[in-house]
Amino acid sequence: MFSAIKRFWQVIRKPSVHYSLGFLTLGGFVAGIIFWGGFNTALEVTNTEEFCVGCHEMESTVFQELKSTIHYTNRSGVRATCPDCHVPHNWTSKVARKIQASKEVYGKIFGTINTPEKFENKRLELASHEWARFKANDSLECRNCHSEESMDFTRQSVRASEQHEKFLVSGEKTCIDCHKGIAHRLPDLSLLAEGH
Amino acid sequence: MKLLNLVVASLLALTVFGGASSFAADSISQMRNADILTEDTAPRMPKVVNSDERQVRNYPEQPPLIPHKIDGYQIDKRLNKCMTCHDRRAIEQSQAPMISITHFMNRDNQFLASVSPRRYFCTQCHVPQTEAKPLVENTFVDIDDVLKGETKK
Repeated sequence: MFSAIKRFWQVIRKPSVHYSLGFLTLGGFVAGIIFWGGFNTALEVTNTEEFCVGCHEMESTVFQELKSTIHYTNRSGVRATCPDCHVPHNWTSKVARKIQASKEVYGKIFGTINTPEKFENKRLELASHEWARFKANDSLECRNCHSEESMDFTRQSVRASEQHEKFLVSGEKTCIDCHKGIAHRLPDLSLLAEGH
Repeated sequence: MKLLNLVVASLLALTVFGGASSFAADSISQMRNADILTEDTAPRMPKVVNSDERQVRNYPEQPPLIPHKIDGYQIDKRLNKCMTCHDRRAIEQSQAPMISITHFMNRDNQFLASVSPRRYFCTQCHVPQTEAKPLVENTFVDIDDVLKGETKK
């Protein structure tokens, strides 16, 4: 094992014997574009709703719940897809989340939520992960669309404007503290208090 | 004699049923815009009252109306969305009215520590209102007006 690494290192250190410098630099450049483009394209494919609901685990549960909410259907036709809320938009955080999501591949292979009953048993745990993530990044995925600066409190209902002024502007609370379950059905939150 | 009976009966039938059908065409289908056999276009969905202002109770026992939208509020075995604001411990932050103490009573008028299961499903009694025009005139008279002798609206 160690000798193999050593041989590889020796080959890599030596100047090229057969190929020209131009071929190596241009070839490397082109290969880099193809590799990077391919990687990013593949990343973006996994970042679409079609990909998410490609698995019945997502299609028959959370996606059906989303359909009746304002984030799927509304008067202006602007809507949020799965990755808009569940995947960070800036690149490093996105890749970090994608690496974390490799556990979901494990879950798919071993069928951890492949029946509605299994999903319901896991609902609280899965929802808690998302809430913790939103809490930690100050509801960044909400704020990607719902900017506090552009929010006209005078056009909100009395109740909404009072609450936003009191808790959102003061920074005392973040979006997810009050707006849990706006896109999916909620688990039994009393279990959370019991420490399940 | 037999013939006379028959003639009288047919005449009677004609007046009764013929009259009834013309009567039906005049006044029964009042809430429809079209004939009973044609499919009516659905009226536009009225807006839900979202004023957050308490509305008058028409009689003392009337469950208070919900003066705001409750679209997508989850009320099921797992969770009651209304209680995130109207719960005893939530009202300090929400400044919403607390559910009445009667909601803690069981059918034997015994007070429980939390909401009685028979009072769990809020929308069984409490409903939001829309700005829809009533289809028929409401002749309801408030009890205070009845007591004052003002039975006409």
